[in-house]
Amino acid sequence: MAEFCMPSLGSDMQAGTLIEWRVQQGDRVRRRDVIAVVETDKAAIEIEVYEDGVIESLLVEPGEKVAVGTAMAVIGTESAVKEQAMPAISAPGMHRGKVSPYARTLAAARGVDLNMVIGTGPEGAICAADIEQAAPAEPAKPAEQPGEVAEPTQRAAMRRAIASAMARSKREIPHYYLQTRIDMHRTLQWLASENAQRPIKERILPVVPLIRAVALALGEVPELNGYWLDDHHRISEAMHIGFVIALRQGGLMAPAILHADALGLDELMTALRDLIQRARSGGLRSTEMTDATVTITSLGDLGVETVYGIIYPPQVALVGFGKIIEQPWAEDGMLGIRPVLTATLAADHRATDGHRGAQFLDALNRYLQEPEKL
Amino acid sequence: MNENDIKEVIFTILKRLAPESDPSELAPDENIRKALDIDSFDALNFFVRIDEELGVSVPEADYGKLNTLTEMLAYFSRRLA
Repeated sequence: MAEFCMPSLGSDMQAGTLIEWRVQQGDRVRRRDVIAVVETDKAAIEIEVYEDGVIESLLVEPGEKVAVGTAMAVIGTESAVKEQAMPAISAPGMHRGKVSPYARTLAAARGVDLNMVIGTGPEGAICAADIEQAAPAEPAKPAEQPGEVAEPTQRAAMRRAIASAMARSKREIPHYYLQTRIDMHRTLQWLASENAQRPIKERILPVVPLIRAVALALGEVPELNGYWLDDHHRISEAMHIGFVIALRQGGLMAPAILHADALGLDELMTALRDLIQRARSGGLRSTEMTDATVTITSLGDLGVETVYGIIYPPQVALVGFGKIIEQPWAEDGMLGIRPVLTATLAADHRATDGHRGAQFLDALNRYLQEPEKL
Repeated sequence: MNENDIKEVIFTILKRLAPESDPSELAPDENIRKALDIDSFDALNFFVRIDEELGVSVPEADYGKLNTLTEMLAYFSRRLA
């Protein structure tokens, strides 16, 4: 028997609103199944379950806002199920009988307390008709352009969420910053000839080899991939690269490309495209919101040359990329013009020293000089 | 397909990428990506959709020549001729 609690989907999250359950009482679930959708200040996130089992009861109704850590469901684990699971702990204000999904939605929409409704369906289940009985639909009001009213509130909530994470970062993390200029002509030439042979849909954007090079360089300097937690530096074995995505309505998200070190360029491009689409239109998963072990921010689209990033706690490093710009470049006593990228590293000085940070940027540069090996 | 038809297609795609914008208000020589804040992913999506709608596959080397409405109309008209 296990309680499924409102997860923290980022260090800035205090509470979440349950939008819908994707499961019902009695459903069998497997680890990583999406069982609920939760709205945070930033977005609607699909919540995954962490163990196999059977949904014994759902403790929270759609529309309810609960604090991080609040029990939302009771899941009977495999062993517990066999031993005849204990009845769920009862709490006031929570309905435990059967409720059809549509009835739940209706009840939430009309503000009906399910405890006050007598079910007339099979085994006393509450069905939509019971909700209709309890709270008949009001005559439709003319729409008040809800989008325009709701948007500023959500934007303000996201602003607060970003504010709290970034303030915590600057308050707690002693950042150090390193910067290096990287000659990108080899990578860009290789990419141009690669893309020339591909249909548009399969072309790779320049940021993709950059992410790949970061993953490889982190393999050499693993200290930058992980967390600072409880006064200890914890290096992560898994590499989940958070990628900062600006949202059109303002604000940003940094969902993770999970196991980025195991992905080649094509797979990274597919993963990134998918992630950006879902960040902008909904459908990110909880692990993508919580599991990033390092973050990349790329502001090159805007013509910015250098990014001095703020680390997303409890991570210990953030890699920033600016725009690739043609610049004079001296090499072997010759002056030429090269496409130059400024890469920066913001790192937590509690976890690493500048020497290791410098080794990371050096490795990054090295990988970008041999693009055919990426 | 005349210039107006092409313009319609361009506007429809841009509207999908930047729903809050009104592409018909773009000045002919305005930089579209900057005006509508379109990042490199959406720029790629734009050319994918152009390929689907107009049947014109734009090589990567030509991306830089297609910054404004005037440039796009001239380019696509030529490719479709």
